[in-house]
Amino acid sequence: MNKKKVKLKKFIPFYIMAAPAVLYMIINNYLPMFGIVIAFKNLDFRKGILGSDWAGFDNFKYLFVTKDAFIMTRNTILYNLAFIILGIIFGLTVAILLNEITKKFILSAYQSLMLVPYLMSWVVVNYLVYAFLASDTGLINNSIIEKLGMESISWYSTPKYWPFILVIINLWKGIGFSMIVYYSSIVGISTDYFEAARIDGATKWQQIKNITLPLLKPTVITLLILSIGRMFYSDFGLFYQIPRNSGMLYNVTRTIDTYVYNALMNNADYAMSSAASVYQSIVGFVLIILANTVIKKISSEDALF
Amino acid sequence: MKTKEFITTQIISNTILLILSLLALFPFLLLIIGSFTDNAAAVANGYTYFPEKWSLGAYEYILTQADYILKAYLNTFFVTIAGTLVSLLITSMFGYVLSVSELPGRRLLMFMCIFTMLFNGGIVSTYFVYSNVIHIKNTIFALIVPGLLMNAFTVMLFRNYYVSSVSTALQEAARLDGAGEFFIYFKVVVPLSKPIIATIALMSGLGYWNDWTNGLYYLTDRGGSHLYTIQIIMNKMNENIAFLANNASKLTGVSVADLPSTTIRMAIAVIGILPILVAYPFFQKYFVKGISIGAVKG
Repeated sequence: MNKKKVKLKKFIPFYIMAAPAVLYMIINNYLPMFGIVIAFKNLDFRKGILGSDWAGFDNFKYLFVTKDAFIMTRNTILYNLAFIILGIIFGLTVAILLNEITKKFILSAYQSLMLVPYLMSWVVVNYLVYAFLASDTGLINNSIIEKLGMESISWYSTPKYWPFILVIINLWKGIGFSMIVYYSSIVGISTDYFEAARIDGATKWQQIKNITLPLLKPTVITLLILSIGRMFYSDFGLFYQIPRNSGMLYNVTRTIDTYVYNALMNNADYAMSSAASVYQSIVGFVLIILANTVIKKISSEDALF
Repeated sequence: MKTKEFITTQIISNTILLILSLLALFPFLLLIIGSFTDNAAAVANGYTYFPEKWSLGAYEYILTQADYILKAYLNTFFVTIAGTLVSLLITSMFGYVLSVSELPGRRLLMFMCIFTMLFNGGIVSTYFVYSNVIHIKNTIFALIVPGLLMNAFTVMLFRNYYVSSVSTALQEAARLDGAGEFFIYFKVVVPLSKPIIATIALMSGLGYWNDWTNGLYYLTDRGGSHLYTIQIIMNKMNENIAFLANNASKLTGVSVADLPSTTIRMAIAVIGILPILVAYPFFQKYFVKGISIGAVKG
């Protein structure tokens, strides 16, 4: 008994070291988990969060009878799919090209330049995109479309262009990141394989097809499944900043995250926003557990837990 | 020996990579040129790479509000530095604790950490916890604490680094010499983990520098505008280009009508990105490394 006490005592410093982190997780992560009750309440500030009347599943009912619920779910999922697929294709291609560069200085120059957009906040990217797309002063209308004698386009109020715009912007900002991710696993492939293939007279294309791609497959699959696990979440910055929160574009730009923001901060609609937010948390949880189960089966060391 | 195939591959890959690198940079060039364009020319011809008339007007206007911008810069620097330091301290200590295999309760702490990656209460309840329980609104903590201070992923990066690259032999030796655990951590473990600390510090610093969402949620024009960072001001000016003018005219008496509104947009963005563009060449390799180690899992 006494011995056990002595033993525990020597671990006290470790618990002190962990204390700030634990406190932070309680505030930042665990208290909000309990805050989910808001979605089941008729929030009334005079009565406080806990004192408000229970609403059961009413808030969810109100949410799912609106068209918004379908639109934001569809947008979140479809954009994620497009981002995932294009991210893999472009990221891999650029990484493979990068691997052909033999001069170290040039290699690192390409890497650094392509990473610049990744370092910028979405607010800055909003300014960049605006410089091109603004209907009165944008470069595309003024210097291209009008010069060609065509009618200028009011980009920020024409929904049909936005799926393409958002996909392109996301690719532009993210390519540097995904390229480095894939490049770092290509570098991990032993050069012996390529050496042997060259001696056997394999062409570059054959080497890529038979060595690089098969050996990258586990990395690609792991990243793919992880991103499917996060498919119910969207990049708030991209969907809030780039369409400039333009109401006319909501049909094609609204995702769960921007819906929750607008409902909470602009409309103070606590019922809808909390229902949508909890809907996202719960489906997101299910997806990530499923994703992790699949990863565990195929390559257990990459699993999250 | 340079085969024909080698040369073709070099030409193809260099051409494509060069084009992609230029595509990454070209929009920034438009931003910079736009900020040096004469406002009337920009209104007439739009933003262009070849302006009819150059001008420093946008920057001269910003200079009349130098105090306000300078204050925003100071806020940004303070939040970035303080946030990064506190974040490094609590994240690395927690990662270290999770690497101590014989610690009772370690599995519970580990579970607590990993569970935050799987499930979260969502934006709405996080917002209510911070604004109604912690009362963080319109305080400097609003820019430092929510979301950015620690995440499970970085904790695991630290933990994995300590498990794989910091030998326990040195710690044991120090323990036999009677050193306390805090001494061991700060004098033995931390010096051995400089590479990962540098990398994570940069990623975390970038996160703080670029953050505008905490300001969006937790600062209000009425009570929190003295805490606005550069990013938050940029965001406000997106909603309302006269934001800076409205705010400053109260102080300096400069009229809102004098605002070179078309070019000032670009100038304020240049002011926002300048520090990153200046610092980037020095830190570039750490960013590449930071992304690589976090790539799949640390």
